[in-house]
Amino acid sequence: MNLTLKVWRQNGPADSGRMVTYQVTDVSPDMSFLEMLDVLNERLILEGEDPVAFDHDCREGICGMCGMVINGVAHGEQRATTTCQLHMRHFEDGATVTIEPWRAAPFPVVKDLVVDRSSFDRIIQAGGFISVPAGSAPDAHSVPVKKDDADSAFDAATCIGCGACVAACPNGSASLFTAAKITHLGLLPQGQPERDSRVVAMVDQMDLEGFGGCTNTGECTAVCPKGISLDAIAQMNRDYLKAAK
Amino acid sequence: MNYTIGDPIRDTKAPEGPIEDRWDKRRFSAKLVNPANKRKLTVIVVGTGLAGGSAAATLGELGYKVKSFCYQDSPRRAHSIAAQGGINAAKNYRGDGDSIHRLFYDTVKGGDFRARESNVYRLAQVSVNIIDQAVAQGVPFAREYGGLLDTRSFGGAQVSRTFYARGQTGQQLLLGAYQALERQIAAGTVEMHTRHEMLDLVVSDGRARGVIVRDLVTGEIETHLADAVVLATGGYGNVFFLSTNAKGCNTTAIWRAHRRGAYFGNPCYTQIHPTCIPVSGDYQSKLTLMSESLRNDGRVWVPVRKGDDRAPGDIPEDERDYYLERIYPAFGNLVPRDIASRAAKNVCDEGRGVGPGGLGVYLDFADAIGRLGREAVEKKYGNLFEMYERITGEDPYTRPMRIYPAVHYTMGGLWVDYDLQSTVPGLFVIGEANFSDHGANRLGASALMQGLADGYFVLPTTLGDYLAGGPFGEVGQADVDEAIGQVTGKIGRLLSVDGTRTADSYHRELGKLMWDYCGMERTEESLRKALERIPELREEFWNNVKVPGEGEGLNQALERAGRVADFFDLAELMCLDALHRTESCGGHFRAESQTEDGEALRDDEGFAYVAAWEYGAGGTPVLHKEELDYEYVKMTQRSYK
Amino acid sequence: MTSTIDRGAATAVVTPRTSPPRSSKRPGARHGRRHGFLRSSNGKKAVMAVSGAVLVLFLIGHMIGNAKLFLGRDTFNSYAEWLRTVGEPALPARTVLTLTEIVLAAAVVLHMWAAVSLARRAAKARPVKYAAKRKSQAGGYVVRTMRYGGVIIVLFVVWHLLDLTFGVVNPKGFAATPYDRVIAGFDPSRWWVTAFYVVALIMIGLHLRHGLWSAFQTLGLAGGRSRHLLNAGAAVLAAVLVLGFLAVPIAVTIGAVK
Ligand SMILES: Cc1cc2nc3c(=O)[nH]c(=O)nc-3n(C[C@H](O)[C@H](O)[C@H](O)COP(=O)(O)OP(=O)(O)OC[C@H]3O[C@@H](n4cnc5c(N)ncnc54)[C@H](O)[C@@H]3O)c2cc1C
Ligand code: HEM
Ligand code: HEM
Ligand code: SF4
Ligand code: F3S
Ligand code: FES
Repeated sequence: MNLTLKVWRQNGPADSGRMVTYQVTDVSPDMSFLEMLDVLNERLILEGEDPVAFDHDCREGICGMCGMVINGVAHGEQRATTTCQLHMRHFEDGATVTIEPWRAAPFPVVKDLVVDRSSFDRIIQAGGFISVPAGSAPDAHSVPVKKDDADSAFDAATCIGCGACVAACPNGSASLFTAAKITHLGLLPQGQPERDSRVVAMVDQMDLEGFGGCTNTGECTAVCPKGISLDAIAQMNRDYLKAAK
Repeated sequence: MNYTIGDPIRDTKAPEGPIEDRWDKRRFSAKLVNPANKRKLTVIVVGTGLAGGSAAATLGELGYKVKSFCYQDSPRRAHSIAAQGGINAAKNYRGDGDSIHRLFYDTVKGGDFRARESNVYRLAQVSVNIIDQAVAQGVPFAREYGGLLDTRSFGGAQVSRTFYARGQTGQQLLLGAYQALERQIAAGTVEMHTRHEMLDLVVSDGRARGVIVRDLVTGEIETHLADAVVLATGGYGNVFFLSTNAKGCNTTAIWRAHRRGAYFGNPCYTQIHPTCIPVSGDYQSKLTLMSESLRNDGRVWVPVRKGDDRAPGDIPEDERDYYLERIYPAFGNLVPRDIASRAAKNVCDEGRGVGPGGLGVYLDFADAIGRLGREAVEKKYGNLFEMYERITGEDPYTRPMRIYPAVHYTMGGLWVDYDLQSTVPGLFVIGEANFSDHGANRLGASALMQGLADGYFVLPTTLGDYLAGGPFGEVGQADVDEAIGQVTGKIGRLLSVDGTRTADSYHRELGKLMWDYCGMERTEESLRKALERIPELREEFWNNVKVPGEGEGLNQALERAGRVADFFDLAELMCLDALHRTESCGGHFRAESQTEDGEALRDDEGFAYVAAWEYGAGGTPVLHKEELDYEYVKMTQRSYK
Repeated sequence: MTSTIDRGAATAVVTPRTSPPRSSKRPGARHGRRHGFLRSSNGKKAVMAVSGAVLVLFLIGHMIGNAKLFLGRDTFNSYAEWLRTVGEPALPARTVLTLTEIVLAAAVVLHMWAAVSLARRAAKARPVKYAAKRKSQAGGYVVRTMRYGGVIIVLFVVWHLLDLTFGVVNPKGFAATPYDRVIAGFDPSRWWVTAFYVVALIMIGLHLRHGLWSAFQTLGLAGGRSRHLLNAGAAVLAAVLVLGFLAVPIAVTIGAVK
């Protein structure tokens, strides 16, 4: 198949950036989206042009490194899928595909489709952990955990930190990401001692980084490759109100 | 390519005495660093995977000044995140006869008697603490209705000792380590440098004292000095281009350290994983693993008849060959990886493979779905099935999966002693980057165990012992300048060639060559061919590669080219190591050395040693042998029949 | 070109950096510093939800009150009278009504303040817009009307007060009884007023369609199955309110109530 790509090119944080159109031919439907971009880049390199910079690593949907807004949808229209797992069989021959980086002030563009997501790390630094020095842990069976709680904690913990939620949210809010961690740790008995301080610190950090507030539009969960549910945000709100009292 | 034989390695620093007491003894004999001094000691940890992440967090907590590096944009993205199946620990929570000794025994045997007993025993001992640590950190392992931890049996083990978090165990364990690391970053004990790639090691006065890194965003070359350096940079399976590793996995860090004097242990030991999604075309950029845990419930088969191209559903039961169950009745579908991989290769070589190019076998869940119901299967493997469906466009609930072996893990790596210290004093190597505790073959669910054992428990003790021997004096400016010169020289060269082929295209060609000649089956002939071809290709690479752009700023093509350049050098050493080891063992199968029924035939007389290669100044590597003694496990021919 | 950093036991030579390290924390982005409930996005959201809930309660009461219009002029007028005299003689006239008005005014102000400050925060969080039209993946039509819908509601309330409370724009003026004002206000000749009410109420309906369950979510009271129930409940209540309110002006305009 043949495609017309409109790709955001930006030569660095200071550059103002622009959309550039490329034609790609002979795309196989079995290719992943990133493999399609690889093909484009190989060609650009040989033509002496600057290849399109994009983040990626595992290419199996788990590291959270990849991510672009494809035709206006974070990670593309295929549900519950990261960009690296999106395959070209979901596109039509001759289609025009628009590719843009995540857009949010706390995710400044580094180059082309690469953005800086270190704000997420700082949200975790604020409290997204359980303090336990190596070697100080009690036997793993000393604290049983209800299976349902363990399963729900796991569901929240599967967040890969990709940032699609922020990219999709009309408010540029990081609520889903932040709430996923708060929910994961808050549901486990091990997470109780720091539960209150964690939620306050993480929500504050989220604000300080310049993310928007959530107005429950639900766009985030719809694009989230791991299907993190809005329940997480409700949980965060509940914990926050309780802790901030 | 030639090599010379150097002095054997006699002392691995493992304490004497009964094996159960050795780690205790070492811990007690290790010198301690006064807390006030810890603050003044800087430790560099390169890599933030399970090994590096846990090490940096623990060292920070202990009070050292830690500088941590990774090439991704966040430490959470290290390749450990992709591990699916689980982590072993000798907890014996099931009461099914597991014990530290049994885990030790299984691991030594699984490694085909090419691992060090003392290390493996320690690994089995520490495994127990890892689970405690992870649970306390909030790792949401699978649980049973009673609220206690669930376990499963995994690749080659007859006891149920594998702890897991659905198909995302590596992710959950890594997030635990990552969160502990972020906590230390917030506390100011760890200084994190993301998007930084280590390009050289600074050795001064015979000791590892720092690293040269490139800031991948600005392109700036930076020097970071310390009192000790820890490498936790993962495996080098990407030398094959196609592997289950992440795209960025590289050998650069350990290869540069090797060039600066660290011996490289058993480079040829590569693990080929039996259950990966087969290659679909030549644009393919990586292979995806389907967790080994699938073999617990899935049955592997191929058609009895050659070239049978009926749809799988149309092939009647009696025309299917469940070859693993047939050949290995005791272990069936659960035989270790090396065995399962080779068996798949054999049936495909016989022309009974399925799917495009006949390079695939079926992994069938029809029985499991019939027995447990679709819902139970979905609960257990849902995310894996989904991943398969994404990639292939086929529905594994109604049509058996197609799988084929792919490069997965490298047992080889930098040689380290019992203290995890390389032959360069002050350079410690942990996780998959070292030549590890897995001998010639790694059992499923034991890499995560090793990485965390190294990072949380072993390194923090042994590193302290080394640091207590300081201070080590000033780092010579000349040593720093020389290393910077090397790095900038190489980058300059890569950028100036301006040839006609991309680095990726060379990488692809090198990978194909390695897969064909140094892959699942190796022969003297194939290895000699590889050793002839690799230098030619490397020569061509250096004269004809095209790297666009410049050294300043983000230049992903340049990053890749630098990694490919190092893969060439490593590939050569791998082939040399494979050529010199004329026996078959574990993941290293020399066609010349097999039993009558086609199993790997070891040569314990000739090869019960670790091959530790010293970088040859004149291009000729020097082989140092570390003899392996087996006091506690009797060497036997491995049999899973 | 070298400087020396002191590390106590060991001293090492380092080449100074040419650029400052990208620090792991942004200036100002210090964690651990509580910056107050009302300044946090979550706090603002809670204010929005609580004030919105107050407004909703008022709307429910108001709708029921309006329905008394169908019971005839006297019932309705005495109801309006009762509103002003309830609590007497223990309390001076209009106490309860004034209190209600204060609460309402406060709710509106807080609600608007939170809405505006969250909207400004959101605008700052996405300074660069997407080139491709961002497609809603969550059926977000209703959601996207929240902000300008809110503005329309305010304009409506202003008109409504001028019309029916102060009688400024009402043909019968302030002196008339409430009943008469309503009948006159929605006189068939003033069909455009009714039309404006219809439009405004549809906006209110949409606002509540989202706002009702959203408030529960914001207060952390929605979760799992209850979200689906709340969502359905919000749709029903929003519809009841819209229809209930519209019954009066429409009935007057078509002449069913005179
Ligand atoms: C798909 C898959 C599934 C697996 N499943 C299992 C399993 O179920 N159970 C199990 O036990 N094992 C499993 N393994 C193996 C296991 O995941 C790895 O061996 C282990 O995670 C390696 O951890 P590590 O910390 O040594 O390295 P990694 O996690 O690979 O981390 C390497 C780190 O080094 C950094 N780095 C690398 N090079 C440089 C450089 N030049 N400069 C700076 N930084 C650098 C990277 O940024 C990264 O942070 C699996 C492996 C794969 C590929
Ligand atoms: C003054 C004009 C108004 C403005 C600008 C306004 C704006 C908003 C906005 C922006 C939201 C957040 C949307 C979201 O959560 O997605 C909201 C929520 C809400 N509004 Fe309004 N609104 C106004 C008037 C009203 C009125 C008159 C009512 C009630 C009758 C009301 C009830 C609600 C409720 C219940 C919510 C849900 C609160 C929440 O989401 O937490 N609003 N409003
Ligand atoms: C469409 C049908 C409506 C009718 C017939 C109606 C009628 C009235 C009348 C008659 C009054 C004056 C009461 C008095 O002075 O005693 C009034 C007051 C008021 N109405 Fe409405 N109304 C309607 C809808 C609404 C809506 C949708 C809102 C809000 C969004 C609203 C908000 C108010 C307010 C705030 C007052 C002033 C209350 C006070 O003074 O305490 N009304 N309405
Ligand atoms: S919540 Fe979902 S979309 Fe957001 S970072 Fe996590 S995985 Fe990505
Ligand atoms: S899209 Fe944004 S508004 Fe809230 S529900 Fe998700 S964070
Ligand atoms: S590249 Fe890892 S999630 Fe896409």
